Amino acid sequence: MRIRKIAVLAAVSAFLSMPLSANAETLTIGSGAEPSSIDPHYHNLTPNNSLAAHIFSRFIEQDEKQRLTPGLATSWKPVDDLTWEFKLRKGVKFHDGSDFNADDVLATVKRAPNVPNSPSSFALYLKGKTVEKVDDYTIRIKTETPYPLMAVDISTIHIISDKAADATTEDFNSGKATAGTGPYKFVEWVPGDRLVLERNEGYYGTKPIWDKVVYKPIKSGPSRVAALLAGDVDFIDNVPTIDIKRLEKEPKLSLSQGISNRIIYLHMDQFREDTPDITAKDGSKIKNPLLDVRVRKALSKAISRDLIVERVMEGVAIPAGQLLPEGFFGVSANLKPEPYDPEGAKKMLAEAGYPNGFKMKVHGPNDRYLNDAKILEAVAQMFSRIGIETSVETMTKSVFFKRASSGGPDKTPEFSFVLVGWGSGTGEASSPLKSLLATYDKSKGMGSSNRGRHSSAKMDAVLNEALSQVDDDKRAALLAKATDIGIGEEQGIIPLHYQVNTWAAKKGLKYNARTDERTYAMGVVKN
Amino acid sequence: MSVFIIRRLLQSVIVVAVMSLIVFVGVNIVGDPVDMLINPEADQAEIARVIRDLGLDRPVHEQYLYFVKNAFQGDLGRSFVFGESALKLIVQRIPATFELALTALVMAVFIGVPLGVYAGMRPTAISSRTIMAGSILGFSLPTFWVGLMMIMIFAVMLGWLPSTGRGDTVSVLGIELSFLTLDGLRHLLMPALNLALLKISLVIRLSRAGTREAMHQDYVKFARAKGLSETRVIMVHVLKNIMIPVVTVLGLEFGSLIAFSVVTETVFAWPGMGKLLIDSLHNLDRPIIVAYLMIIVLVFVIINLLVDIMYSLLDPRVRLKDAGQ
Repeated sequence: MRIRKIAVLAAVSAFLSMPLSANAETLTIGSGAEPSSIDPHYHNLTPNNSLAAHIFSRFIEQDEKQRLTPGLATSWKPVDDLTWEFKLRKGVKFHDGSDFNADDVLATVKRAPNVPNSPSSFALYLKGKTVEKVDDYTIRIKTETPYPLMAVDISTIHIISDKAADATTEDFNSGKATAGTGPYKFVEWVPGDRLVLERNEGYYGTKPIWDKVVYKPIKSGPSRVAALLAGDVDFIDNVPTIDIKRLEKEPKLSLSQGISNRIIYLHMDQFREDTPDITAKDGSKIKNPLLDVRVRKALSKAISRDLIVERVMEGVAIPAGQLLPEGFFGVSANLKPEPYDPEGAKKMLAEAGYPNGFKMKVHGPNDRYLNDAKILEAVAQMFSRIGIETSVETMTKSVFFKRASSGGPDKTPEFSFVLVGWGSGTGEASSPLKSLLATYDKSKGMGSSNRGRHSSAKMDAVLNEALSQVDDDKRAALLAKATDIGIGEEQGIIPLHYQVNTWAAKKGLKYNARTDERTYAMGVVKN
Repeated sequence: MSVFIIRRLLQSVIVVAVMSLIVFVGVNIVGDPVDMLINPEADQAEIARVIRDLGLDRPVHEQYLYFVKNAFQGDLGRSFVFGESALKLIVQRIPATFELALTALVMAVFIGVPLGVYAGMRPTAISSRTIMAGSILGFSLPTFWVGLMMIMIFAVMLGWLPSTGRGDTVSVLGIELSFLTLDGLRHLLMPALNLALLKISLVIRLSRAGTREAMHQDYVKFARAKGLSETRVIMVHVLKNIMIPVVTVLGLEFGSLIAFSVVTETVFAWPGMGKLLIDSLHNLDRPIIVAYLMIIVLVFVIINLLVDIMYSLLDPRVRLKDAGQ
């Protein structure tokens, strides 16, 4: 209380500075994203999955580095090439008191792929898998072809009670059916305002330290930072990069940073002879130069990744040479970030027959990734330095992605050269290889986000071999080989950097940063 | 008289129909909501399923007819993101927004009128000039910037008020209201003031002009000649007369208060309709955008219709002129 001299002012300030009823063991989180539902099978997207992990458990959990650890399954192994066996944990209770057993698993796999109106379902993880109950605590999953990614796929599915087998999404949102086996119980959800959880005293794993967790969606970045500075929330995610330098000096706060599985990279048109955004310098039509691997390599050499990281990203990113950072499953030991070499780039361009460069327009979103538009502008300047006259056009994500994926004739990608990002949900290299570099094939579900339509039979063959190799070590080697071909030899895409995410907490707390960019109350610890 | 009302009613129906077409088609040709909703790992088959489930595989005119058919049954579509009725989601957020807008309106009157009258009575005093200069700032400073500055000063530096969010609520007739609790009021103060700032400036200007004019009127001179106290002259005679334009303008401005709440709600993370609209625009949640705009169109059409009818009741010349055309 600062003012006491005048009675009225004192009364007013007493009213204004009344302490909030904050209990020491309540954690209030200011979050940049809000889930669209409490239903764990409704919407397969980061905010929803992160919330679901508080209330529900999975067979196999992913730790903060996305390594697989036992959850409701204590062990899993392939019995033969087509069958996997999972041993279930005994003595686990749902929040409503009922026991967990194999029937709950059957109810879950029946419901998860078939939630009505789901804007993005879990069907893709359960496709082609038949689940059988052996006994109350043993489950077998059969596939038609050898399927090494079983454990990863299963680690995405949240287990519900068989009582909730026919529950609707509304039942989960209201809390009626929201009983899981996770570390926190659901209390209430007021969309746009708050989401309240309380500790599950009977949790089978490490007991969470917070009695109560309150999530407050604060989507505006500056407001979220202000709420933390004001002490209204204890912890925030998605700290805007522009504020990081200043917040580091703030004595009341502590920052936690961690590399993410998200790579920012460039797609190049490799399927059209006549590409829309590239011309000769005088504006006349030329054959698409990006079809030539030497041009693609020259572009990669022309980029100073260190400069982008240091200046544009304010040091909060890591230069990238492949699809996932070191330490992830299936990354290549041979690929390092391409060193900045403008002279070498010019030479390669000349060899490819473009000694004077050409004219190109590059596209990207301006509100999807950290500093996306600024990165693209920096890249364009670097290209101009080796003689490729580059202009930039950025747009809002809702318009950009449609045009970049299917804005052209016959639903083909519209642009010649785009900046995008990719986060590997599975935490291993097959995810980006399959989606970004594999030949686009609707019937096989390959190359679904291959917006440059890069295609290489050699890489496809190695990748396909990897996708049916059950042995972990052999598969890791094959994935690394596929990456060596796709990026090292053919430069199907140009990697720029891996994002680093920043969380901020009040002094005395820290966050065990996750590579999957999720925000877990379980990860906020006292130090 | 009834002919007049029927004609106005028909015109309103046409306005609503035309607006629904413009809004629906406009919203449905921008971007692709599936790109915003779907997990990037999804394969082409899953993308195709979502497109089909959301009805986006059908041509726009077919989607529009489907929308119109449902709209007649009170169903404005189902949110792509939340999977629930768009109308229900919007109605849930109405109390928060109306509470904010009404509080801002009250602030505009109780802060704007006294300052305006004061400035009108002493137009040359330094204090009055300060008030008028301040009102220019109120007009010209961007709302989001003022909001952030308020948060920085009152929440971060002084720690007097909570920075964001809505406080505790109590349920009155099934409606959650926050201005009846202390915590709720503390949360309400800053966003309401931020929203009110523009209107306060407007009211100051209106009541100053009104006061200056009224001070020279015969009835004021006469009241003074009668020996009434200055307070009574101002509070009874002047105030009554300047309130007429103020009330008229504020009535009309109430709609824009709700519309402007979009910015304030975003800065203060206020869980109202405006924030829902912004989020829906980001995610291309078309049914919510369309339902929101249709509700706003309906509100404006109904207000205009009522105003027209009132005018015609009050002033026969309006309907005579109309009939003569």
